Amino acid sequence: MEARARTHAPTLLDLIGSTPLVELTRLSPKPSVQIFAKLEAQNPTGSIKDRVAKAMLDAAEAAGELEPGRRLLEPTSGNTGISLALVARLRGYPLTVVLPESVTEERRRLLRLYGAEIVESPGEEGSNGAVRLALELAERDTSFFMPFQYANDANPLSHYEGTGAEIVAALEHVDALVAGLGTGGTLMGAGERLREAFPEVSVVAVEPLPGDAVLGLRSLADGYVPPILDVSKLDRKLLVSNAESVAALRLLLEQEGIFGGVSSGAVVHGARRIAEELDEGVVVCVLADGGWKYLSAGFWQGEEIDESKLWW
Amino acid sequence: MAVVRIPPTLRAEVGGLRELEARGETVGDVLDDLVDRYPPLREQLLQDGGLASFVNVFLGGEDVRTLDGLETEVRDGATLILLPAMAGGS
Repeated sequence: MEARARTHAPTLLDLIGSTPLVELTRLSPKPSVQIFAKLEAQNPTGSIKDRVAKAMLDAAEAAGELEPGRRLLEPTSGNTGISLALVARLRGYPLTVVLPESVTEERRRLLRLYGAEIVESPGEEGSNGAVRLALELAERDTSFFMPFQYANDANPLSHYEGTGAEIVAALEHVDALVAGLGTGGTLMGAGERLREAFPEVSVVAVEPLPGDAVLGLRSLADGYVPPILDVSKLDRKLLVSNAESVAALRLLLEQEGIFGGVSSGAVVHGARRIAEELDEGVVVCVLADGGWKYLSAGFWQGEEIDESKLWW
Repeated sequence: MAVVRIPPTLRAEVGGLRELEARGETVGDVLDDLVDRYPPLREQLLQDGGLASFVNVFLGGEDVRTLDGLETEVRDGATLILLPAMAGGS
């Protein structure tokens, strides 16, 4: 019997990143195209945002912006808040998160358990509303330090040095990288790293249809484009419907045994679309989190989404 | 003729319609046809000769910014979806 190496991590934060890459053999539409999934749910708090939270606080500490005990503030619909709450707790910073009141109860509870304070923003305004309110609060009270994932270069950098570099180290060649478009951090950072290694790689953003929050926008001028996102660096940007996302999410669980979070469905749908278009090659998709925080959502129980009842 | 789907944010400008038909061989032509008929849409959709930064236009499920922008060819019967740019992420 082979002797197992005894290893341990000095702290939980040292276990962020180096997530596994697994081939989705049953979901590839053709044998000549391999689809690999990067399982970001394997990070300590269960999402890719652990990378971003740690990187943003490391950068702020290195720049001397975080004196001990400084209060942190961040707009987030959940994952970034939970990740920041972990890092902040271990490093002694109190955290306040601005959260749309419409997010699932699981996420609210997790944030409180990690010790974060919650300020609610109007649910009908979605993430835009959380961003708006957090910016207002930070301007009013300068004792807050706001890492602000939407404009912080440490966000894409964490994916350049982490997510992207790990994919490059794991595979000899990649034809397409498919990831969800949120802040743009994964696509900008990992996309740049992959492009350096494989100049012909196609960087593909997958955008889910906006939810009911779109109803809260009075005009397009209330929209928001994250400052770190440069759309000219994307090769493709695909829109995925709710029904397509949910179908792919169920397929991912049924065929590959992977319990993905809601954005994983859209990403897998996009990866399969890209794979269909290739004669041969390698597609890597980034699954940002697992399904645990969405267990209360109806679609797991087979509730069909009635698209005609949605805003669009 | 192309079908253009209108988001709730812009429906007041087009008499409450969810979708309407517009004519044009490129995305730019289709949008021009639309703003000629519904002038209040112009400042929401177009800016400095290009697409306004807070609007996304999808053709066949792809953002036209990653295709050929306003020059992207539109086939007869195609569907264009207009959507506001929203903060994503989590």
